[in-house]
Amino acid sequence: MSAAAPVEVEPEVIPDESTRLAKPWVTIVWNDPVNLMSYVSFVFQKYFGYDKKKAEKLMMEVHEEGKSVVSSGSREEMERDVQAMHEYGLWATMDKQE
Amino acid sequence: MSGFARHRRSGRIMATFTGFEAELLRSLAAQLVELLRNEAAVPQDDTDPFEALMDFSGPTTAPEDPVLARLFPTAYPSDEEAAAEFRRFTEGGLRDGKAQAAIAIIDGLEEAGLPAELTEDGLMIDVELEPPLAEVWMRSFTDLRLALATRLEIEEGDEEFWAALPDEDPRSQAHDIYEWVGYLQETLVHALSSR
Repeated sequence: MSAAAPVEVEPEVIPDESTRLAKPWVTIVWNDPVNLMSYVSFVFQKYFGYDKKKAEKLMMEVHEEGKSVVSSGSREEMERDVQAMHEYGLWATMDKQE
Repeated sequence: MSGFARHRRSGRIMATFTGFEAELLRSLAAQLVELLRNEAAVPQDDTDPFEALMDFSGPTTAPEDPVLARLFPTAYPSDEEAAAEFRRFTEGGLRDGKAQAAIAIIDGLEEAGLPAELTEDGLMIDVELEPPLAEVWMRSFTDLRLALATRLEIEEGDEEFWAALPDEDPRSQAHDIYEWVGYLQETLVHALSSR
């Protein structure tokens, strides 16, 4: 963060159709009885570059709610993410953003 | 049984195995390689027989073996066509990667002194891995655990069932091995995270 800038009134951000469609696909990781919590959190940090706090939050979501949306983007990007999750042995699928 | 630890000065990931443990790990990794290469990863698209014959690019349907089905899940659960396309373009590469990772474990153990046939009593195998290679082992431990768990039909919250199994039940020994690989995996994740 740099020096103070003149105060501006931020317009309220309303997500419109165009920003929603910019990331129309999601990668979902599902709970399984095998993968270790420490490992799942490690993978989220390593592959997505998430910090430890975010990785653990997503991991706990998978663990407690059965699944978690771990990334969103274009269809091609999500196919890459799903493939990477399969490389790591995580059970991942993709779907259109709800 | 000591698991993996990170060497403070060199940053390498180290573990010591008994000859028996190293042999067991090699045998699990070898079985995984065998399985990955066994069930042919061929297209089973019978919409057009000629097209199917001319298409060597990859499988389009989920593997029949439950271990392989778990290792290569269906990416699009509600879109069969997209799932087939995804599988065609990814499963071959994923199979190769997983086989190569398991082979890295076998090679690592043999380079560390595990002989082709274990005859010597009291042999100890010291493994030292650079972190990137340790990550390859870590991924392969996941595959080994998924394979064992699928064969054992392990489910969420079934710890009591396994604890109550009598020792003479063959599943009990297999479950012990599953737990052991889990222990190795946990110590490996910890060693890699402590950088």
